[in-house]
Amino acid sequence: MNAPLSAFPPATLAETSAAKVSSILPKVRFSLRARGDLAPLDQALGVALPRRIGETVKGAVEVACLGPDEWLVLASEAAPVAQACAGVYATLPHSLVEISAREVTFVIDGPRASELMTIGCARDIDAIAVGSARRTLFDGATVTLWRDAEDRFRMDVWNSFAPHLLHLLQVGARELAAESV
Amino acid sequence: MLLIHCPYCEETLPEVEFTYAGEAHIARPENPAEMSDEDWQQFLFMRDNVKGDHFERWRHLHGCGRFFNAVRNTITDKFLTTYEAGAPRPDLAALKSSVSEGQK
Repeated sequence: MNAPLSAFPPATLAETSAAKVSSILPKVRFSLRARGDLAPLDQALGVALPRRIGETVKGAVEVACLGPDEWLVLASEAAPVAQACAGVYATLPHSLVEISAREVTFVIDGPRASELMTIGCARDIDAIAVGSARRTLFDGATVTLWRDAEDRFRMDVWNSFAPHLLHLLQVGARELAAESV
Repeated sequence: MLLIHCPYCEETLPEVEFTYAGEAHIARPENPAEMSDEDWQQFLFMRDNVKGDHFERWRHLHGCGRFFNAVRNTITDKFLTTYEAGAPRPDLAALKSSVSEGQK
């Protein structure tokens, strides 16, 4: 059983005038790998899998395209997704692995959330489109970074890196708030 | 920091997301059991160590996870191009002239 295991129950973990960092209720996460004609999987999941890396789609499940043949699927329940995909396995062989327990999700929002992201992420944060998601590096740890709005990010962090990144975000949020502009 | 264009993500991204993966276009012998020790040693260990334009593999490890090929000048550290794994080796002369055209 891949039960969600987390030392971060939903709570506000840091709140300053610059940004708020909170952990949210763990979702069911799947890693989906498939190649070829994806139409059967589109049908099984009830959403059209995004074909471009970085694109996301939200319907019955939330899907982000992480690689040419790799998707991250977020759902509220595991069994329906697993069953639906198992139903098309014969027509389109694929790999669907539940990874719910692997990561915790932090939400970073606030007027200076995008500035807070720059303390750990070497990407050009302004170039990240709203509504996109990608895997990237945050202060040495691999994370999945979602941009839900101009000033709201979601970050899926592996359990073992979470305390370190949380501490970094807490310090960063305080430092940005203490800055006299 | 280098900026590297990932041919799969179609974005130019910071070097920290990538790892270097050795020389490109080295085909694994079809039947290693039939090879002499010398040939096998050549395949396994001997690399060109080019001074200048080098065909090499990179991996977008903290991103799409894909291996791809690149042409990088080992003296200036400038990337001439990157292209998908499995694509044929690009013509170096044409590549250089198109890069120098772009710089004019």
